[in-house]
Amino acid sequence: MTTHAKNDSNIWAERVLAGDRRALARVISLLENQEPEGFHTLKTLYPKTGQAHIIGLTGPPGGGKSSLVDRMIQEIRSRGHEVAVVAVDPTSPFTGGAILGDRIRMQRWASDTGVYIRSMGTRGSLGGLARAVYATVQLLDAASFPYILVETVGVGQSEVDIVQVADTVVVVSVPGLGDDVQVSKAGIMEIGDVFAVNKADLPGSQRVVVELQSMLDLGSHDVWQPPVVTTVATTGKGVSELITAIQEHLVVLQEANLLTKQRLAREKEALLQRLTERIRCDITKQWSNKQGNQAWENLAAKKTDPYTLEEQLYLSWKGVTTVDNQD
Amino acid sequence: MERPIRVLIAKPGLDGHDRGAKVLARAMRDAGMEVIYTGLRQTPEQIVEAAVQEDVDTIGLSCLSGAHNHLFPEVTRLLKEKDATDILVVGGGIIPEEDIPKLKEAGISEIFTPGTTTATAIEYIKENVKR
Amino acid sequence: MTTDLKQVGGAKKAWEEGPVAKAVARFPERKEEFLTLSGTPVDRLYTPLDTADFDYEQDLGFPGQYPFTRGIQPTMYRGRLWTMRQYAGFGTAEESNERYKYLLDQGQTGLSIAFDLPTQIGYDSSHPLAHGEVGKVGVAIDSLADMEVLFSGIPLDKVSTSMTINAPAAILLAMYIVLAEKQGVPSDKLAGTIQNDILKEYVARGTYIFPPKPSMRLITDIFEYCSDKVPKWNTISISGYHIREAGCTAVQEVAFTLADGIAYVEAAVEAGLDVDDFAPRLSFFFNAQMDLLEEVAKFRAARRLWARIMKNRFGAKNPRSLKLRFHTQTAGCALTAQQPDNNIIRVTLQALAAALGGTQSLHTNSRDEALSLPTQDSVTIALRTQQIIAHESGVASTIDPLAGSYVIEAMTNRIEDEAMDYIKTIDEFGGAVSAIEQGFIQREIQESAYAYQQAVESGERIVVGVNKFQVADEQAPELLKVKPEVEARQKAKLENLRQQRDNAKVQSTLQQLSKTAQGDDNLMPGIIEAVRTYATLGEICDALRQVFGEYEPSVIF
Ligand SMILES: Nc1nc2c(ncn2[C@@H]2O[C@H](COP(=O)(O)OP(=O)(O)OP(=O)(O)O)[C@@H](O)[C@H]2O)c(=O)[nH]1
Ligand SMILES: [Mg+2]
Repeated sequence: MTTHAKNDSNIWAERVLAGDRRALARVISLLENQEPEGFHTLKTLYPKTGQAHIIGLTGPPGGGKSSLVDRMIQEIRSRGHEVAVVAVDPTSPFTGGAILGDRIRMQRWASDTGVYIRSMGTRGSLGGLARAVYATVQLLDAASFPYILVETVGVGQSEVDIVQVADTVVVVSVPGLGDDVQVSKAGIMEIGDVFAVNKADLPGSQRVVVELQSMLDLGSHDVWQPPVVTTVATTGKGVSELITAIQEHLVVLQEANLLTKQRLAREKEALLQRLTERIRCDITKQWSNKQGNQAWENLAAKKTDPYTLEEQLYLSWKGVTTVDNQD
Repeated sequence: MERPIRVLIAKPGLDGHDRGAKVLARAMRDAGMEVIYTGLRQTPEQIVEAAVQEDVDTIGLSCLSGAHNHLFPEVTRLLKEKDATDILVVGGGIIPEEDIPKLKEAGISEIFTPGTTTATAIEYIKENVKR
Repeated sequence: MTTDLKQVGGAKKAWEEGPVAKAVARFPERKEEFLTLSGTPVDRLYTPLDTADFDYEQDLGFPGQYPFTRGIQPTMYRGRLWTMRQYAGFGTAEESNERYKYLLDQGQTGLSIAFDLPTQIGYDSSHPLAHGEVGKVGVAIDSLADMEVLFSGIPLDKVSTSMTINAPAAILLAMYIVLAEKQGVPSDKLAGTIQNDILKEYVARGTYIFPPKPSMRLITDIFEYCSDKVPKWNTISISGYHIREAGCTAVQEVAFTLADGIAYVEAAVEAGLDVDDFAPRLSFFFNAQMDLLEEVAKFRAARRLWARIMKNRFGAKNPRSLKLRFHTQTAGCALTAQQPDNNIIRVTLQALAAALGGTQSLHTNSRDEALSLPTQDSVTIALRTQQIIAHESGVASTIDPLAGSYVIEAMTNRIEDEAMDYIKTIDEFGGAVSAIEQGFIQREIQESAYAYQQAVESGERIVVGVNKFQVADEQAPELLKVKPEVEARQKAKLENLRQQRDNAKVQSTLQQLSKTAQGDDNLMPGIIEAVRTYATLGEICDALRQVFGEYEPSVIF
């Protein structure tokens, strides 16, 4: 079967560029599964990236992120553009399985050829997630989707991860979650470029707006003052304003010559992360042998100390890589 | 890295009885699969498009209204059209014995009738996914 | 002679420590823990200790009297047996009409109409989404013309008709009213029920169209219209049946159904109706599952709890507002595809529970319904099952025969208490509508359904013929088939209708209806006018969809 052809990432790349949705979907799987073939394809396609506006959404579980994405698709389509979505849901740490439920809210777009939607589980580590999402977004960018929406799980660490992927981060808040839990949560104010107060049809939304506004007034924003937009994802109210605000953010970044800079910084950060991950992997592998076990035992018996051990591990890793490079 | 099997669970047609589909979706998650649940009232086109975009290994169709003879083969026909016959298709619901041969001929690999355990369905999928 | 509870307690302890302990030591009981079908522990023995703080006058009373635990009429089945009502309908209006006449000939006392899915979701047979579904799970009704055929030769003042229709209930009721008018039957003579219960569609059955708010308005408009013009009509059948089918427990069935009931009453009161004007026409619909004792207790608990809610929460004064009248259907999900004849016995036990629980009407499922629509033979056996219980078993001769049984009263109390706890939780969500929008009720149902499935798969719960006592090579039974040409015929009829009717008149009534929908006036008169011009169900629903929008389900795992 042609779709199973190995080692020919150029064919994958060609098919992706030709708009073959099945190939696109398959390469995303390769990337998600961290198969070398996926990254080879991405190497070929890299020059094509850099055109898309990448928009991240984060916020509390059930806040209406998926519903909002559904309406954003509608708005973007009505403005005549294609759009891709990456929707991330948590993987169960116990079984490794996941129910990826975001798509339900966007399923009406399934047969619109100008929309591509992909669901992903967090699978394992959060660092790993960022890597898969990052690569997938690059692929979608190369496949010339002008807009890419990324919905992340709104819990814990990952809302910060979204910064590593998106040009514009939309932080979704909702009324009724109790006092400023969502708003003042560390880090959330810093990462938001646009704040959407969703479920504005419910009581208390104005209070959230005021709270956000006053928090934002405290921070210093030289180039871009993050706006607060109210939305009702169930009816689409406010979504046009939201998209407009998101577009304005990109324009301001461009005009201030910040977009390219930020993207490069992200690329660098992502690269460093991948390197770190590889090195960590190498070292772990390298030291899961007899010699390694001996070292841990020595540490336990206080025959050595962690700092000496670190030095040894580092030097020995460096030695191996030097040898590798000479090969 | 051991990759999870990806499944799309869909209810084609207008029937709203989703107890079985939801129980199966949960059981599949607990068996380590990634389950994309598309909800009620799905057209065969929507199901096939979603399956292709999500690059799933298998599609599980559930229908209790008796419209399976029309809806299930339409799904496999569209998969053929998309050159995506490597996606395993299984079906479940109130499906009379006598309809099963025709459905299998149309490319539905297996039909699970009432009383089938989730364990049986999951086992079948694990053994029969094509990649 | 009064029972000395202390003495009983002492004697029970002695019995447990003596003979029971000895017996268990020699022969351990079959299981560590015995559970009801709903998963609640059941004690080895119930005694007066279990009904210690029980007050006969307050908790039971007499049949036909508050709190109606023992039944809603003073004489119950000694006066009149429950209505035997078999849900039926398939294919075209002509075929269903024949089936109805047959059932009436066989001694059935009321009609119960099943509609196909396109009708239930407000699509004409020609709609693309209707393809493959026309006439499948019930009869296809596109317009008044189909209703005329469906009831041809059946005088509407002589039968009571129950229609399983929800989102478009107002439209089907309008058709029935206009049809009666044509037969010369005034609307105040019409008797019957529309299901009209949208909330359970959102959580369990799936045939919704509009979002909650306009749906609730349609429902209260029907309440208002009928209290004036169709006073004998049951305007809603608040249904736990489908919630139970979706996998919930007995307690949840009572709790979620009554919580929905509370939401409807609140909506109507908010719309300005007096509770005693519409509450007497509210009716309920429950499931009869396999656990005989738990089910009997469930029906009694539901009756008592509703009476208390109506009295205390809504201040209803009319005694008829306090009575929980209900229809029962045996549990479809308890039927097995394996050894289908066994289902006859299951249905018998379930039907017995309904009779012992004081139901007002009953549908008994046919043995082959886990396989397809029932054949005539199977339907007849199902009806005979009810007739045997009614006329031969003796349970209809005395009222509420299981009352006073320690276990029944203990279970009745427990179910009422636990259901009340759920209702409190739902109140904290802001009522049933909010609890549904936030997925609470759906999540609770799914948890129960999943737990049950796991119990069956682990063999903890035995289902005869499914996970125990199986037979190899079962013979496939004779099944009923809906003819595939039904869809084509129905579409042709519709096409014909569209050409023959006065389309300008249709359009103007539809426009008028849209206008009414944008305002606050009662929608019923406008719907009746549209129906009269032979506007189709799909056209009327589309007019409303444009104003109301459509419901987006909240799917929860
Ligand atoms: N009243 C109201 N409800 C909304 C609004 N937006 C979304 N909802 C509802 O909120 C619930 C959750 O919506 P989702 O879009 O799934 O939320 P989410 O943030 O994607 O949820 P997760 O992905 O599970 O974290 C659904 O029942 C929506 O219908 C809104 O603006 N108003
Ligand atoms: Mg979501």
